[in-house]
Amino acid sequence: MPKDAVKIDSHNSDFDELLNLPDEGGHFGPYGGCYAAETLMAPIDELREAYEHYRNDPDFMAEMDSDFSQFVGRPSPLYHAERWSKSIGGAQIYFKREDLNHTGAHKVNNTVGQALLAKRMGKTRIIAETGAGQHGVATATVCARMGLDCVIYMGSEDIKRQMINVFRMKLLGAEVIGVESGSKTLKDALNEAMRDWVTNVDDTFYIIGTVAGPHPYPAMVRDFQSIIGREAREQALEQTGKLPAALVACVGGGSNAMGLFYPFIGDHEVELIGVEAAGDGLETGRHAAPLNAGRPGVLHGNRTYLMETDSGQIIETHSVSAGLDYPGVGPEHAWLKDCGRAQYAAATDIEALDAFHEVTRTEGIMPALETSHALAHTKKIARDYDKDAMIIVSLSGRGDKDIHTVAAHEGIEI
Amino acid sequence: MSRITACFAKLAETNRQALIPFVTAGDPEPGITVELMHAMVKAGADIVELGVPFSDPMADGPVIQRASERALEHNVSLHDVLAMVKSFRQTNNDTPVVLMGYLNPIEAMGYEAFAENAANAGVDGALTVDLPPEEAQGLVAELKARNVDPIFLLAPTSNAGRIASVDALAGGFIYYVSLKGVTGAANLDIDSVKSKLAEIREISKLPLGVGFGVREPADAANLASIADAVIVGSTLVKIVEANAAQPDKIPGIISETLSKFRYAMDNAA
Repeated sequence: MPKDAVKIDSHNSDFDELLNLPDEGGHFGPYGGCYAAETLMAPIDELREAYEHYRNDPDFMAEMDSDFSQFVGRPSPLYHAERWSKSIGGAQIYFKREDLNHTGAHKVNNTVGQALLAKRMGKTRIIAETGAGQHGVATATVCARMGLDCVIYMGSEDIKRQMINVFRMKLLGAEVIGVESGSKTLKDALNEAMRDWVTNVDDTFYIIGTVAGPHPYPAMVRDFQSIIGREAREQALEQTGKLPAALVACVGGGSNAMGLFYPFIGDHEVELIGVEAAGDGLETGRHAAPLNAGRPGVLHGNRTYLMETDSGQIIETHSVSAGLDYPGVGPEHAWLKDCGRAQYAAATDIEALDAFHEVTRTEGIMPALETSHALAHTKKIARDYDKDAMIIVSLSGRGDKDIHTVAAHEGIEI
Repeated sequence: MSRITACFAKLAETNRQALIPFVTAGDPEPGITVELMHAMVKAGADIVELGVPFSDPMADGPVIQRASERALEHNVSLHDVLAMVKSFRQTNNDTPVVLMGYLNPIEAMGYEAFAENAANAGVDGALTVDLPPEEAQGLVAELKARNVDPIFLLAPTSNAGRIASVDALAGGFIYYVSLKGVTGAANLDIDSVKSKLAEIREISKLPLGVGFGVREPADAANLASIADAVIVGSTLVKIVEANAAQPDKIPGIISETLSKFRYAMDNAA
């Protein structure tokens, strides 16, 4: 469907229908789908069939639940950030503490799920792309535990920014391959991983780290990450006896946001707010905010909002946070935006860095720079809510990996 | 009858197979492409395949990715590529031209506008690498309405069901990817190509071209004995790359190489 056909009347959509998406072909409205080369269609079909089977297999689900509790450390707490809430002077802000998961971010929820699936499918070799390195570390971690070969593709620019995570992956036994093509960041790592998959389809499973890619990835990754929202919903009711007024999460590809949002989609009174990386500012063009300032197109297997030129070339993104530095976004977010079920804001590098410091000093929790974008926006909106309203922020990852970046911004050499 | 269909019909009369060279439009600079197209026709090309540069060519290897990057340094757009075809058509009204690229530049132009502009420029076929039949109905309808053949890929991993769904939409010819991998990868296995082509022929009546991994004239000769067309891509693009500093020399050197492929194919046992 050409992009001019991608126009819908947001007032007429029935939000409950959103819970039944994607359709059989992986579509979320006009977004998503399966835009892959023929060379990849057989392994994609194989994956889709395996996922359809195992998602309904109680034995598989029990194995995943057991890994979530024994290996990942779930459930993660829902923490009341009292001091920070008070200092802002608005809603009561709660953090869903995905930073306390094993490996320090939400990414591991998905890699546990996909690695278990890979094992059931008889695959012995795992490949993955990574930007900030969190998904790479989470992948290398589950591979070490399950005895699977692991190859991680990472843009050479990102390797420079994230040396600690590169070393962590190597310690875990993964081979890290630097990608020198294109902009040498996450999107190029994704291209290279797809090439590897095409070449080694028989024994290789590709663990995509976000809710993007050809169907079934966006739905599958969302399902694995939905544990975040299911827990948060239960915990909110248990701790406060009511549902939150709003959920806030950062959006690069959008997996932590989708995982938090999805179980709340049917709760129409709960606002869903994604926060993209505004980089130097949306007006400068140097950002990574396709939902705010991009337009629909097709990349990496799905139709979604993209950062592109008028002639359809993908453009380089900019963000202080490597994990948000991606020119596309998960197709379900694109559809939630068009339907009006979710809103998408943006926070600049500077706003994110400020929020990083503030939450670190006020709550004793050092958030990842990705997460800091969600915190920065929360700070902007919290005062618009009553003091007894609850906002849940996805504290998607911890900030240890970012201390070099933070230091460099302040002219400090570590 | 489309130019592509006419071309294959004519070749079949003399029991010859089509030689289809691939180069990326605008590589290493836009000024050379039309001259290069004419030179390739003179050297024995039956159909010319032009790559449309894209920033993220996921199904291509490093050689063709770098070709895209060189062209994009000159901001070569889909619009520019169509202008090149139009210019080629001023003196050549017979040789079919196929565009090969990725969907996003077409999305940016709009399906209808692309089909219209392509037909007006004299494009005969469009191969969109990341558009499998599942998602292709919209674009295929626009192309077919304007007599532009939608070219589709099939791979060693394509089963009978996939072959049938490609056959239902495809026009012109089917492009069989000879190996599991990206463009420019190694190791052409003639026996496995042969058995897969036989499987495809049971389902589709379209001519079958084979590409990926065609490096030497001998590879082309071997394929000519089992396929209807041989596509030579990365081998030529490497020559363009090696001579990028002297673009004027490229048409001559490419012609020389291509004639060897032509000779090998026409004199295959």
